[in-house]
Formats: sequence, C-alpha cells, structure tokens
Amino acid sequence: MLIRGLRIILLAAPLSLQAAEPQVHEYQLDNGLKILVQEDHRAPAVVSQVWYKVGASNEYGGITGISHMLEHMMFKGTQKHPPGEFSRIIAANGGRENAFTGQDYTAYFQMLEKTRLPVSFELEADRMRNLKLIEAEFAKEHQVVLEERRLRTDDQPRAKMQEHFESVAYSNSPYQNPVVGWPDDVAGLTLDDLKSWYSLWYAPNNATLVVVGDVNPDEVFKQAKKFFGPLKRSALPAPKRQGEVEQLGLRRLTVKVPAKLPNLVMGYKTPTLKTVTDETEAYALEVAAGILDGGNSARFSSRLVRGQQIAAAAGAGYDLYSRLSNLFTLEGTPVQGKSVSELEAAMLDEVRRLRDEPITAEELQRVKAQVSASHVYQLDSIMYQAMQIGTAETVGLSWKKVQEYVDKVNAVTAEQVQAAARNYLIDDHLTIAHLEPLPLPEGAPAPEDAAIGGGHVR
Amino acid sequence: MFAKSLMNKLKAAWLPLFLLTFSVTAAAVPDIQHWTTARGGRVYFVATEGLPLVDVRVVFDAGSARDGEKFGLANLTSGMLDTGAGDWDADVIAQRLENVGALLGAGAGRDSAYITLRSLTHPDKLAVAMATARTVLAHPRFEAKDFEREKSRALLGIQQKGEDPGEIAEIAFMNALYGNHPYAHPADGLKETVEKLSRDDLVDFHKRTYTVKNGVVVIVGDVKRAEAESMAEQLLADLPEGEALAPLPEPVARQSPETLKTAYPSEQTHIYAGVSGMKVNDPDYFPLYVGNHTLGGSGLVSRIMEEVREKRGFAYSAYSHFVPMRVMGPFMVGLQTKNAQAQEALQVALKTVQDFIDNGPTEKELEAAKQNIVGGFVLRLDSNQKLTAEVANIGFLNRPLDYLNTFTQKVQAVTREDVKRAFRTRVDMTKLQTILVGGGTR
Repeated sequence: MLIRGLRIILLAAPLSLQAAEPQVHEYQLDNGLKILVQEDHRAPAVVSQVWYKVGASNEYGGITGISHMLEHMMFKGTQKHPPGEFSRIIAANGGRENAFTGQDYTAYFQMLEKTRLPVSFELEADRMRNLKLIEAEFAKEHQVVLEERRLRTDDQPRAKMQEHFESVAYSNSPYQNPVVGWPDDVAGLTLDDLKSWYSLWYAPNNATLVVVGDVNPDEVFKQAKKFFGPLKRSALPAPKRQGEVEQLGLRRLTVKVPAKLPNLVMGYKTPTLKTVTDETEAYALEVAAGILDGGNSARFSSRLVRGQQIAAAAGAGYDLYSRLSNLFTLEGTPVQGKSVSELEAAMLDEVRRLRDEPITAEELQRVKAQVSASHVYQLDSIMYQAMQIGTAETVGLSWKKVQEYVDKVNAVTAEQVQAAARNYLIDDHLTIAHLEPLPLPEGAPAPEDAAIGGGHVR
Repeated sequence: MFAKSLMNKLKAAWLPLFLLTFSVTAAAVPDIQHWTTARGGRVYFVATEGLPLVDVRVVFDAGSARDGEKFGLANLTSGMLDTGAGDWDADVIAQRLENVGALLGAGAGRDSAYITLRSLTHPDKLAVAMATARTVLAHPRFEAKDFEREKSRALLGIQQKGEDPGEIAEIAFMNALYGNHPYAHPADGLKETVEKLSRDDLVDFHKRTYTVKNGVVVIVGDVKRAEAESMAEQLLADLPEGEALAPLPEPVARQSPETLKTAYPSEQTHIYAGVSGMKVNDPDYFPLYVGNHTLGGSGLVSRIMEEVREKRGFAYSAYSHFVPMRVMGPFMVGLQTKNAQAQEALQVALKTVQDFIDNGPTEKELEAAKQNIVGGFVLRLDSNQKLTAEVANIGFLNRPLDYLNTFTQKVQAVTREDVKRAFRTRVDMTKLQTILVGGGTR
C-alpha cells in the first residue's frame, strides 16, 4: 500500500462543547523510541502503528522507491519468524494489518481486539532490528512492486500526469520523485541497497509508536518497554535541509497519454506548518483551500461546476503536515465542450479573487463550522486519530499540533486568507499541467490470442 | 488489562500458532432496537455514547436493478436529490448543511439507493440537518437546468471509466455473467441509455421507489429512543406510503464457459473470472464466507495471494470473493499482471480455486480463518460509522435482529465438510466466465 502525501483535509471542527479533547500520553524509551497513546474506550479495539522517519523524500537519484520496496520486504521474515509468518500471526489473532509509504514516512499498522496488543509489539519490535533480507524473497517481491507501479501509475492516466507534474513543479526538492520510484530505479534496486537502507533508518530512535484504543496508557508503556526496550539505538544520518530553490516564473507542461478525458493540474509553491515562519499563514492557506473546495457550497462547486458549468469536477488541496514545503494544488476536468485552457482561466480567476477580495464572513464561518464538526467526526475512527498523531509527529511537528488545529483554524481572519493568497498564490510560483488524451480503442476485441498472454510456464 | 496472568495466558496461546480460541462476549454487540412507524416505515436504532454525533441512513429498494430498460436511472435520480429540493437550490441546500457541519451523501448501487446524514447532536444543528434531509428525500426538484448538467456529468463519468482497464473488465464481467438480468449493466448506466433519460423518468422513478414501505431508516448515535422515533417520523413524513417493490427475478446461470478478451493499450492485463455465487441470507452463507476467507478473502494469508503473489510475484492484488446480493450475486476471482504472463497467472489462480473446490481447506486453515474472523469481529463494530453500515444491512436485507449476536457462533460451527459441500455444489467452474482486458499496443 502506498499513500501519496496524506491529506488531512479540512473538515475538523472546534471542539464541540460536549466532546472533550482526547489526551495524548507521551513516553520515551531510553533507546529513543517515542510512544504516544490515546485512549478511546468506546469499543474493545486498538490500533497500533509504528512510524519510521524515512520516506521517499530521503531518497536520492538512482534509488528512488527504495523506502517503499523496503516496506514490502518488512513482511518477509526475521531471524525468528520466517517469511509470511508476521501476517499469519496477526491474522490468527483476529488482526488486520497493512503498511504505507509516503514522502516523509514509512508506517506499519495492526488493528486488533484490545488484549492482542502485545502480539503486535512483539512482532514490530522484532522486525525493527532483525529483518532478514533474503535474495529469493526479494526477487519475487521486486516483481510485485513493479506490478504495483504498473497498476497504480503506468496504466492510470491521471496518476501518470501527476508524476510528470511533480517532477516539473519542483526544481530540487525530493518531492519531485514519486513515492513508488522511477521505473528504472525500482527495477535496479538490489538486496544490498535494501540492507543499507534498513540499517541506516530502522532504529527505535528514528521511530514513533502510536497506540489508540481501549487501553490504559501506562500499561501500554510497560508492554512497549518490555518488547522495544532491549533494542539498540542507531547513529542516524544528520538531516539535510533540502530546501526547494525559489521558482522564477510560471511553468507549463503537457502530458499526452491514452485517455478519454482531458485534465488540469496546477500547483503553487507554499510553505507548510513545518517550514513556514508565521504559522498563521499556513492555517490561512488551509482555510483558502476550504473556501475553494470545502464542500458543495464552496466556490468551485458553486461557481465552476454549477454556476458557469465549466468544470465537471474541480478540487483544491493543501497539506499542512509535511516535512518540506509543498504545493497548494488545483485540479479539474472540463465539461464536454469546454477546453482545459478555459477551465484553467476560470480556476485562476478564482485564485485571483482570493487575492483581490476578502472572503465573506459567511464563507469563513461555514469553513469553520465544517472544521469543527469534522473534528468530532474524525474521533469516530481510532485509525484516523492514530494517523493524525503519527503524521504530525513524523514530519517533525508535535502531536500537539493536531490538537491545536481546530482552534488555530477558528482564529483565522478573512484578511489573513487574503494576505496568504497574495503572498503565495502567485503566477511566478505556479506550475500548470494539461493532460492531452491520446486516442483509445472503443472496446475492440483482441485480434488474436497472442495479444494477451504467451508467457511460459515456470 | 495486561495483568500478568492474562499476559502469560496470551503468550502461551500465541506461541502455538493457530490454536487460539476466542470468545466474544455478547456485551460487545450493540442492542439494535427496531420498530415500525404508523405508516409502515421500518426503523432500526442503536444508541451509542461517547461522541456527540449521530449517523442516519435511509435505504431504499431503488438501486440500478430497478432501472428497467433505462440504465443509469437510479443513479442519476440519487445524484440529483441534493441539487434542488423544496424551496432551495443546490447552493442553499449545501449552505444549510455546511453551516451546521452536517454531511449529506447519496448513492445508488445495484441493490439499493441510500442517503446518509452525519450530524452533531447539538439540537439546533441537528434540527437544520434533519429538516434539510427530509426535504431532499421527499421533494427533489429535478429542475431542467440541473438535470442537463448532472446528466452530462454522469456521461463524462461513464466515459472516464473507459480509460481504466479494471473498470472496463468489471463491466464486461457483470455483463457476461448476467446477460439480460438487471444486474448485468453498471449502476451508472451506459452512454446510450443515459443520453435518453428524461427529467420525467427521474420524477417517476423517485415517486415509485422513494416510499415509506420501500425503504428502511437506520439511526445510530448519541440520541435517546424518543428522539430517534421523532427523527424517523420526520424523515418519512413527506414520503408517500407506497409499496415494497416485488422481488427481483432470479438470474439464469450461464450454461457454458466463455472467455472474452479485449485489447487495451495497458501494461497490465486485468482479469476477472467467476460464476454465479450466493445471495444475502443464503443458507450456505457461512460455509461459503468462511471457506472463501481461506481461498482468497483474507489478503496476504489467503491461498490465491500465496500462489499468485507470494510464491510467484505475479501480481500486487489477487483475490476471490462472493458478493452476496438480494438475488444470486457473483463469485469472482480478480488479479492484474503484466501482459506477457496473463495466461499463466490466470491458470495459477484457477488451479488454486479448483484445488480448493476438490479438497476444501485443511483443518489448520479452517481454524485460522475462524480465528481471524471471530477474533477480529470487534473491528467490524468499533465506530459509529461501521455500526451504521452493519445495522443498515440487517434492516435492508431483513436479517434477524440477533444477526450480529449469533454471527461468531455460526462461523465457529462451520466444518471442513460444510465448506467442501458448499463449494462443490455452488461454485460451478464448468460455467466460468472469464474476462481479460489489456495487451493492446499503444
């Protein structure tokens, strides 16, 4: 599984007076492992996640995709447990598991009935330091990952376009590389590459354990200490700054792929909560995204989809929680009879309005109401709560930022939104991509059997 | 909870893998209250605590299986509900909901159409959300200008599926399996049929299917029984009483195996292969469900995943599943692999299925499947949202109210012989419908 930049979209809300903000209990082991526990006693369930501070943005040319490849190999056995046993033990304990890699993290999780939590700890502690990377297992999993790339990117016109878009939008930021890696890089990965990557990054002092559910925090800490406590810490590489150079003018690209519909993606260089000087600006950008795309009453739906009827779909996104500066993105599909260029002009016009006019009090209030309500809704999912805590912590913000979110958004003013739009949503820092569809067959039958298959039986 | 004695028990239990047993206490299962309103509306309610929110779902027998010849009718009707209702246009509806932070959704599948409402329980906010939902349900305007816009958006959506080999394959699979049955066409319809839809079609469809007796109301959240009763009354107040629609016809199973290959310029070939499977409330539900958990329903540890992915590296995703529907739903095997090895991967998957039909699961596999299903049962009910989905199924599908209470017992009771018998009698591989999409040149 692979997640491209987790989007914690707006839609949380200020604490309704009736819902108390859940407490996060923070602990740290001597070996540096941070443990964050949040209680939720509504059901006898627990989610346990181990977050490593390594992802695609730590990779360099030639080995892109290695974090994701290693994520797959983490299920392939240790000295103690043979390949596949991790999953069998979790399954036998009634658990569900998965893992995901992003630009800033690699994370592993299990959802379990609450008494099974130590099963997860035993196994995660084991593979944190004792992974056994075996050539035969790698050879097969390598093929699986190449299939994953074909499935998720190569045969998906929009995903392919996104990949090209990001590689052009960023000059030097590692976010220019896809999480899954470039095809030749992924194909060229070796077992030795993986061994080095594992020994470089997988250590308790580069990880955070997040537990949310029907648990007692001190008991969780005791169990965590028992299993993770004996692990050795590592000397971690000193972090590199990797700051994106300033963009000096508008960039455009065209992506021609077989597809049925054209598409538009645009992005402005923006700071994140982690990289911004004045946090208010980041929260103001978050509100700006909500004004454009925070629901069916927001400007894109109201004006572009319904009013002007120029967009069949239109969206805006901003990710507060990432380690490096990223993009405020706009995406859309024009309706039949309108061109991508016309849609582009209409969307840019909406951005211009954000710069030129203050948003109305009603709109601002509506975004805040949604943020407040959504915060309560998110508390319904222990998985989501753990994801938020894990993301914030792993990108170098504290989990406390998650708790501040609603209040900070509620403090944003119309003037601040306008100021942030003027500072950051500017043409010189914009990249625009058009997807230009190449013709596709209209469901023609395969000319002959050989068109598909023809592989040899092993 | 990690008292020493319990920990010792746990450790002892998980060393010998596959020997764990679980007992899920009845306390973990919510108390579902059910009543029928004066006008014949069926209501299902669960009171939950801890968060000031409530989830509402109203489900109608108004899915695409009720389209008749007008494929896409149910879907477009559902999609237009919130684009204008009563005195309000789409903007006003959206503003009313978003002002109070409420989320309203609507959708249609083959068997049903639904609206969902999620709101804070704060009385003023809930009142606005409920009044909006009530009007959207009963008084959609289907205005001409909105109709034309939503129809062209629906058509673009259909067109876009044509750039996804997985979607193309799935549509072809259902078509191959169901022929003339109302499950055969995709819920969002076909270009030719959607183009012909008229506003009057939607008005008529809504009048016939969005009725008190053709749906159920589900309420799950931090509200009292009396509040739930008045919420249900309110939601149904403006709907006609109507009648439950007559049951769908049973599909006629295909009589011979067919393979359909479609050239498509993709790196991978998408494969679906399957036969007639089971329906909801099927007498063989438990043996088929538990059996398929071992065969292809449990992710990395299932046999199909083991053979296709873990042993051979052929695919990222490979699985089998039954889709229980109101009349016979499909059993299907799915995978995607690079074009050159499509046949080989398909043969591996099919051989795995055949072996399973011939021999069933081993005792160890059956035990492991039960442990996973029973031990993970709480995870199906650990949020208001998941609970709402489970209760909506119980209500809409007329499952017994103690369905969740008896679920794990019924899983535990399944034997190897049950699984073997059920797979042999129900999964007839001599009538396999196989779809391959891919392998075309760019």
